[in-house]
Amino acid sequence: MRLILAAALTITALAAGAEEVVLGLSKDKVAITTSFDGSEILIFGAVKREEPIAEDPLEVVITVAGPSEPVVVRRKSRKFGIWVNTDVLEVDSAPSFYAVASTAPLQDVLSNTEDQRWKISIERAIRSVGAPETIPDAKNFTEAVIRIRRDAGLYQMLEDQVALDQQTLFRTSIDMPADLTEGDYTTRIFLTRNGDVVSHLETSIDVRKVGLERWLFSLSRNRPILYGLMSLAIAIFAGWGASAAFRLLRNG
Amino acid sequence: MQIYLPIAEVSVNAFLLLGLGGLVGILSGMFGVGGGFLMTPLLFFIGIPPAVAVATEANQIVASSFSGVLAHFRRKTVDLKMGLVLLVGGLTGAALGVLVFNYLKSLGQVDLLVRLCYVLFLGVVGGLMFLESLRAIRKSRRGGGPPPKRRQRTWVHALPFKMRFRTSGLYISVIPPVGVGIVVGILAAIMGVGGGFIMVPAMIYILGMPTKVVVGTSLFQIIFVTAFTTMLHATTNFTVDIVLAVLLLVGGVIGAQIGTQIGLRLKAEQLRILLALMVLVVCGKLALDLLLQPSELYSLGAAGGH
Repeated sequence: MRLILAAALTITALAAGAEEVVLGLSKDKVAITTSFDGSEILIFGAVKREEPIAEDPLEVVITVAGPSEPVVVRRKSRKFGIWVNTDVLEVDSAPSFYAVASTAPLQDVLSNTEDQRWKISIERAIRSVGAPETIPDAKNFTEAVIRIRRDAGLYQMLEDQVALDQQTLFRTSIDMPADLTEGDYTTRIFLTRNGDVVSHLETSIDVRKVGLERWLFSLSRNRPILYGLMSLAIAIFAGWGASAAFRLLRNG
Repeated sequence: MQIYLPIAEVSVNAFLLLGLGGLVGILSGMFGVGGGFLMTPLLFFIGIPPAVAVATEANQIVASSFSGVLAHFRRKTVDLKMGLVLLVGGLTGAALGVLVFNYLKSLGQVDLLVRLCYVLFLGVVGGLMFLESLRAIRKSRRGGGPPPKRRQRTWVHALPFKMRFRTSGLYISVIPPVGVGIVVGILAAIMGVGGGFIMVPAMIYILGMPTKVVVGTSLFQIIFVTAFTTMLHATTNFTVDIVLAVLLLVGGVIGAQIGTQIGLRLKAEQLRILLALMVLVVCGKLALDLLLQPSELYSLGAAGGH
């Protein structure tokens, strides 16, 4: 009997990493309609495991990232008494939206090496290489990207915002602002123990303009002449309509 | 009610836009100005990207000018020939303006240029209007002095390529009207305005046109210049936001009709002073933004604007 128990413990120890994420999303599509006013996404799930829970506490880190694009950062300085854009730096890649939610402060649940490997924290999610020599303080520019986007609600640091019950059930909600860009929003769930990632899962949330928004946007890009003429036709018609309606009101 | 603008990619309150359109429409009906020079800075304030604000405002001016010119056609106060000559200059100017606009956009200086243009022109126009209406109020209190004499012959009359403009009763060179057209065209493209507030004084004081045909003729050519500007922005920058334009239009055309009615009942000089003060306030706010240290020195933009 004692032998069996010992064997069971060994197996548990060996398979300590065998924990898997089972995920649910309140929605995997966000439709940007004309009345789009932001969206709240509920991310929830469970940790599936075949063996008893290990002693060290499990932590959960969840990231949602919008499509990454290069961003041009400009800095103003005073020239001839007025403030004008003088320095410019192109950040190679920065997500248009980024949220990190975790069960505890990020530095406690994630080691620096793992952060570097998986690019989890906001600072790591932005990639900037090869700043020109004219700009010695390139770091200020990437910090500016984070600061400006955080103030606009586009970058969110949601520490302690993931609820974890019984080391098994987790859930969090992420508010997406109204000013979203289109694309696949990569959603990653990491399970960490002692700062190491023991398991992870990746899925994506599809954010798309739909209906009228979709139609107008693609028309303006694919058939700009038709789009321009349509704008003018609406303007001319509205101008004529107002004049005619007003004349009717006066005469009638 | 929030509305997501497909091109500007921001979400704004629809009633705020209708209200802004209506407010500027009322002012334009009351004072006979296009209102673009007030609307575009207001759009900056509520967070519409400047490039979208400028392009979309051009489209809105097409509507308000078209509405206005119909009334002038009925009263036969449009000098078509003069309008066409101004138009030749205007289209050339608009094309140049969009080229300048795109070049500066690639340098990241377009905001600066648009703002500088605004500070300069709002300051000058607001200041002149303020002084002029103060003088008018003083004069009406004193009780009508002698009417100012109109200069008969100016340097304009010495230039070659003369042409007869019957409706305006003028026989002058085509160079000054083409020149005025070019300047207004450039401004229309860069500032997203019709340019009426520069065109009208230029027609009266430089070309010597009779006041009664000035507004109609100016509106006539503004329609074509702003339509052309709209097309250029729509095809080269993709920055015309049709949803934004429609919201501003609806508010604007209704406001303009209300404004015309209010304008008929109120005293002109006091209203002009109010308008002048408002223009100066907008100008002052834009100037302060340039002069004071901004709270955020950094700004973000999309890459690949070259």
